[in-house]
Amino acid sequence: MSTLPPEPAVPSSLSERSSRVVLGVSGLQTAVATPQGRKIVVDGLSFDLHEGETICVAGESGSGKSMTALSIMGLLPEPMAKVVGGSIHLEGRDLTTLPEAEMRTIRGSEIAMIFQEPMTSLNPVLTIGRQVREAVLAHEPLSRREADARALEALKAVRLSEPERRMTQYPHELSGGMRQRVMIAMALACHPKVLIADEPTTALDVTIQAQILQLMRDLQKETGTAIILITHDMGVVAEMADRVIVMQHGKIVEDNLVRPLFAAPEAAYTEELLAAVPKLGALAGVDPVNAHAGTAAAAKVLEVDDLTVRFDLRGGVLNRVVSRVHAVEGISFDLHRGETLGLVGESGCGKSTIGKALMNLVPWEGSIRVCGEHVLRARTAAGDRAYRRNLQMVFQDPYASLDPRMTVGDLVGEPLVIHGLASGQELQDRVAGLFRRVGLTPDQMKRHPHEFSGGQRQRICIARALALSPKAIIADESVSALDVSVQAQVLDLLKELQDELGLAYLFISHDMTVVEQVSHRVAVMYLGQIVEIGTRRQIFENPQHPYTRRLMSAVPIPDPARRRAVFDVPQGEIPSPVVPIGESVSRVRYQDVGAGHLVAVA
Amino acid sequence: MGSYVLRRALQSLLILLGISFFTFVLLYLIPADPARQIAGRSATTQTVENIREQLGLNLPFYEQYFRYLSGLVQGDLGRSYLQKTEVGELIASRLPATLLLMVGAIVCELLIGLTMGLVAALRRNTPTDTSLMVLSFVGVSSPQFVIGILLLYVFAVKLGWFPIGGYGTFMHMVLPSLTLGFLGAGWYSRMMRSSMIDVLRQDFIRTARAKGLKRWQVLFGHALPNALLPIIAMIGIDIGLFMSGIVVVESVFGWPGIGQLAWQAIQRVDIPIIMGVTLVSAFAIVLGNFLADLVAPLIDPRIKLR
Repeated sequence: MSTLPPEPAVPSSLSERSSRVVLGVSGLQTAVATPQGRKIVVDGLSFDLHEGETICVAGESGSGKSMTALSIMGLLPEPMAKVVGGSIHLEGRDLTTLPEAEMRTIRGSEIAMIFQEPMTSLNPVLTIGRQVREAVLAHEPLSRREADARALEALKAVRLSEPERRMTQYPHELSGGMRQRVMIAMALACHPKVLIADEPTTALDVTIQAQILQLMRDLQKETGTAIILITHDMGVVAEMADRVIVMQHGKIVEDNLVRPLFAAPEAAYTEELLAAVPKLGALAGVDPVNAHAGTAAAAKVLEVDDLTVRFDLRGGVLNRVVSRVHAVEGISFDLHRGETLGLVGESGCGKSTIGKALMNLVPWEGSIRVCGEHVLRARTAAGDRAYRRNLQMVFQDPYASLDPRMTVGDLVGEPLVIHGLASGQELQDRVAGLFRRVGLTPDQMKRHPHEFSGGQRQRICIARALALSPKAIIADESVSALDVSVQAQVLDLLKELQDELGLAYLFISHDMTVVEQVSHRVAVMYLGQIVEIGTRRQIFENPQHPYTRRLMSAVPIPDPARRRAVFDVPQGEIPSPVVPIGESVSRVRYQDVGAGHLVAVA
Repeated sequence: MGSYVLRRALQSLLILLGISFFTFVLLYLIPADPARQIAGRSATTQTVENIREQLGLNLPFYEQYFRYLSGLVQGDLGRSYLQKTEVGELIASRLPATLLLMVGAIVCELLIGLTMGLVAALRRNTPTDTSLMVLSFVGVSSPQFVIGILLLYVFAVKLGWFPIGGYGTFMHMVLPSLTLGFLGAGWYSRMMRSSMIDVLRQDFIRTARAKGLKRWQVLFGHALPNALLPIIAMIGIDIGLFMSGIVVVESVFGWPGIGQLAWQAIQRVDIPIIMGVTLVSAFAIVLGNFLADLVAPLIDPRIKLR
């Protein structure tokens, strides 16, 4: 982070690019059938993709990025969606007019694609070996043995550990990052001229994302494959693109080389998009302000001491506990009024489990105090209700956390009804007040969740959490599913509420930049334990633990001028938290490196 | 794996013990009097009492049950009240016919049901789909004796393609198997349709297409194995469904299996035979489910037996 990277290869003018066009898209129009009639989702898209070039297609959800990719691949879900105009030229052939049988021979061999969700993109009942082999056999007249050799070669090319063993394994035995490597191996097995990658790293942890992006760069250098990289993440764009196409509502709003686009965006939309992107280190040197600190009311609203959560795994004839998942191991922290504590870490580190334990949704050990009162481990309806008035939660997925059959007014009012705090007209008035408070209007109360956008739904979830006037809110990845511009609005709302009501937030997130933006203090988690905790400035300006540093160096920087030639990320995966019964996990000890900045020492 | 099989076997034994107890209680409580049935209407009270004593029916309930149970542990299912033969032998002589019928029915229902479901899923929301689903609805809702008699009338009486009843050749098997399998075919076609539609929407199908696989490779290599997963578990449960069906079907077609045996025994309150057939059926159901659970991980690698 501290040293400037060597000058990477970023073309600064058109003349630097290779002149051979591999894929020419011209005036592409794609329509989908909706109950309201035909809707154009890709409108007049034109671009040329050159050999060895990386074009990033950027835009927010619904901008038509994925539809563009599926149109090129001929994988649109027909007859619901189809190409209705324009042409896609690959080496002289117009793909939009090719019959399916011929298009099939192009898919995988000349244009290949990788998808966003590595967890669901591989067939769960077939071995990795078979799935990669199949990709080769679909296009080349090889024997099974030869195809297997090619598959193994492809797995080695994507630097998958133990490739021989992986051939016989099934997808569920591999981590997300490993599966995405398999997807890339499959896509590149036949040496395609064009690789379309649709949000290939969005579902991955930041360190794994860095590994995959680095891999794509390396492979491109070796093979000269042209890449169309579809992403919503401007950091990834800045790290990867030669050229950028910014899309909005199916249309290109800007098409330029990466440096000028970031340096001086021409379209107003591009400017907005870039402005909404949180940048790591943007708040360096600025002390976080807690409007409620120092006052008599700046009491501890949440005190967690030695919190441990373990899940039993059973086995054997008598189905006894044979091992345990040590999800959370001896966590301690306090949360003060008006303060945000960011809890950051990668998948499986136990951060969400902490949220669940605090809400008494999973069995736990240790001590939790909410506003000075001990939370009882034995769950009783009355006991849970009492402390949950002070502690509420907002979840990650605003689509799944609202009952689709209830009106949003009833959803927001439900906590008040359950706690017997309001009824009749008073209930209506209080719900209307909550709606206004989160930036919605009371006349929307009669509608159902599906009538709202993702950002609006998250506002509804926040209104529901606010209904009981809690002292603290656990926000578990609460903005992760939202587009950056919407994310910024929701974060602003949370900040406003905090300043006004003195709310404390436990902000659980995998996203370092968002955590930096919102937190007063930050705790970094690794394998169920906190490895570093301190103020925002201590953690972000003076990270001490190697893991914290690794996390930060893996975050893509949304500035092509600071592009790194190589992501300096160690390979490999996070070890398993499953420990056989009788063995214990060694607890970290902390060293105070100054002013309450605690760092784990081995 | 070994410990899993052992645990399941122990569980199965407990289930069978429970079933034997509840069946015994039910048969004990029914108002019919087996001794009177054996003696006949004109017999004197004394004769009836003698028979009762001879069969041990005068003993208290728990003693009767323990006698039966101790016999059972030694592999003795008791003697039929009326036929004066060992129940074990009676069932053993008739079991092969029933098993044959069940195999025929499973083949029929899978062939018909899965094909119908597959075609309906691929021709989703077309007239083909609608007519297949109407047909499956007919299959699910028609009583088996109606289907049996209809098939008999059309294919045996009118067209003369198949024998009217009896047992022995492949041709004898066709109509009873179809009758028994028709209900299941209806269920399977609906399950297969929704399962297939669900699988075809999955990301990995898109991946398979993106690799450039041919349509049939995507369908049979990628979609079908996944769509069959929920069906496997169903086949285990199915055996229970068959057990109630064979009583009807075997009677309609004069098929000499345990269904017919059970039907006759019920009419005559021949308790040892009813108990025996019930236990053998229960054993078949438990075994069927057990086998389905053992097969599941072979098809779905995500399932681990612990």
